[in-house]
Amino acid sequence: MQDYANAFVLLLNYVVVPATTYGCQLALGALGVSLIFSVLRFSNFAHGELMSFGTMITLLVTWWLQAHGLTIQPLATALLALPAGVLVTVLLSLATDRFVYRYYRIKRSDPIVLLIVSIGVMLVMSGLVRFIIGTDDRTLDDGVRFVISAKQFRDLTGLQEGLAIRATQIITIALAAVSVGLLFWFLRHTKTGKAMRAFADNEDLAGLSGISAQRVVTITWVVAATLATLAGVLYGLDKSFRPFVYQQLVLPIFAAAIVGGFGNPVGAIVGGFIVAFSEVALTYSFKRFFSYVLPADWLPDGLYQLISTDYKYAVSFVILVVVLIVRPSGFLNTRSS
Amino acid sequence: MSISGKNFMLFAAVAAVLCVIAAVQSVAVAVTIVNLCLVSAVMSLGLNIQWGYAGLPNLGVMGFAALGGLAVVLVSAPGVPAAIAAGGPGIIASFVVVVVTVAAVVGIRRLTSLSRATRVAAVIAVLALGYLILGRYFGPAKNLIEAIDPSATGYLGGLGLPVLLSWPVGALFAAAAAWLVGKIALGLRGDYLAIASLGISEIIIAVLKNEDWLSRGVKNVVGLPRPLPDELGLAGTSWLQSLAIQFGISPPDAAALVVKLGYSALFMLVLAFLLLLSEKALHSPWGRMIYAVRDNEIAASAMGKNVKNLHLIVFVIGAAVIGLAGAMLVTLDGQFTPGTYQPLRFTFLIWVMVIVGGSGNNWGAVLGALIIWTCWIEADPIGTWLIQHSIGWLPVGNAMRDQLTANASQMRLIVMGVILLVTLRFKPGGLIPERH
Repeated sequence: MQDYANAFVLLLNYVVVPATTYGCQLALGALGVSLIFSVLRFSNFAHGELMSFGTMITLLVTWWLQAHGLTIQPLATALLALPAGVLVTVLLSLATDRFVYRYYRIKRSDPIVLLIVSIGVMLVMSGLVRFIIGTDDRTLDDGVRFVISAKQFRDLTGLQEGLAIRATQIITIALAAVSVGLLFWFLRHTKTGKAMRAFADNEDLAGLSGISAQRVVTITWVVAATLATLAGVLYGLDKSFRPFVYQQLVLPIFAAAIVGGFGNPVGAIVGGFIVAFSEVALTYSFKRFFSYVLPADWLPDGLYQLISTDYKYAVSFVILVVVLIVRPSGFLNTRSS
Repeated sequence: MSISGKNFMLFAAVAAVLCVIAAVQSVAVAVTIVNLCLVSAVMSLGLNIQWGYAGLPNLGVMGFAALGGLAVVLVSAPGVPAAIAAGGPGIIASFVVVVVTVAAVVGIRRLTSLSRATRVAAVIAVLALGYLILGRYFGPAKNLIEAIDPSATGYLGGLGLPVLLSWPVGALFAAAAAWLVGKIALGLRGDYLAIASLGISEIIIAVLKNEDWLSRGVKNVVGLPRPLPDELGLAGTSWLQSLAIQFGISPPDAAALVVKLGYSALFMLVLAFLLLLSEKALHSPWGRMIYAVRDNEIAASAMGKNVKNLHLIVFVIGAAVIGLAGAMLVTLDGQFTPGTYQPLRFTFLIWVMVIVGGSGNNWGAVLGALIIWTCWIEADPIGTWLIQHSIGWLPVGNAMRDQLTANASQMRLIVMGVILLVTLRFKPGGLIPERH
């Protein structure tokens, strides 16, 4: 029995907890991409850079707060700076919409043209971020590190395996749950949210019903930029902030959005977790796990790792490609693609 | 094939800028830029075939270019007999296993007589079996190969054939990959093709970075054979020494310059050949059909054209051209460095070239490549110079001054983005728009 408990804790520690945290971050990012896709009807390649930008502003404000001794120990100072990061990122995306995207929206350009436009925005934003803060690796987390450390857990339970839960992991899961809850309440029960859904379903009919397109678009950018900043800051708290890594995040995020069915908010969340769990579980070595659950003489050698950790990053693309072959409209999509 | 006065002026302007660079910086710098301009021009011709002719948004330029580069290694690098003896059979066995598994999966998916659930179960079973068998052969073979003198080789090496042969092979590699990508992603909506091709190009780079037995991974393959005589030997010849005296430069510098110009000539030949072919193709009935398919797919298929098939052909041809350019680039560098392949440089920059030059117009794609590569290289020194002169009033040692100076080179990303956005907004056809 003890062995099974150990094996369970092992999986929890190395697979379930990290993958849940990562899944939350991806889900928040994918929600933003999905929202823009359904309301504005294009794939926004600049979303990763928007996350990067939001995180950068939060980091700059965090430094300022730290310099003035304003912290909220035991929580990370970045959480105090988050609202400022969100505000600036929202302003930036509204400015981008006003000066870049709006022209193409009014012209009713092809979605592919908007995609290429978003690549231009991506280049400008990534240059901006790298120009302002450089390309180095930066840490955001200055709060208490562990809610429970591996040693504490071992002492508490008497098991051989420890379960370490970091404060940033709890914060990520809690903030993601709250913001997703708020978003769904907003989309289902407020007048504005309903207007957004109506607009996503049929732009012209929504217009005929007196819904203001400009207002819907503005709210969409506000929500998407907020989600992007949140996702970026949570990722940065959990790991670290590095512009190069954030630029690459756009692919797992797109994978998550497509796996769940592009334009479907529930799908984006499910997709985020599918991608995160596959990435962590496929590259995890199950050797120790099997040493607990199998009799010793049954255990052949080898790492029991499906894919080398070098390919951690490629997992999400492989999922993406498999979904595109098997079910291009995504697993939870009701709309035709 | 004719080129109007205005367009001629645009090319002349680029040439003039390059002459200024030659005068201000040095002739060697200018010729280096020209060489990379020419390689970029071939790449953007390839992308133009896909995006400009057929409207296929390929965001995987980087992957196809890298496959072209891999071809140079596999064709021209000297083989490592010890590694081939140790791991060769295992690698061949693994290859056979992969081919058989894929064939079985494709076969099962075609068996429509079976129920969907049976097919899915069979596919999963075949994949699992293939994976297990593959592990038996591949793991040991890979370890054996990588253990052989890892600091110098540790990979299978190549065939040791002339390096120029690798250029068509690179095109072939990229074409094969494009055929696969096209089979998966063409026929879906454009966004999906864009995202899928971006993802697949990242997978290709991940494989090249990590499969040391094939490409030495991040250890790089250096000292690849070259199609032209090396500078050192050339500097000793009497004709070069007399040439050097004539121009008043040292023989080693003159030799370096002559070799660089040799590459320019070689690349120019390839570019001219491809440009001729592209123009011929575009102004043939086939070219008009491709345009018609792009502009109205439904009408084209109503006329009995197989749209999906045509898209696949165009996608493969374009990728082949990109692969050729990738092979040319690695030949020019004389080394294959998987770590340097980044989407910003190899995918998005090429996109800026095509859009700015004029998508759908071959001359436009070439012009775009010349302009954008020159800007990309010169944005660095010019940006640094501008920043240094505009913040001269800040005291030395000021944190902001250091920060701005250190990050000045990032300006070029902003410049590229702004150029792309401005072109899309005010001149969506590009500098040399397509003609009908």
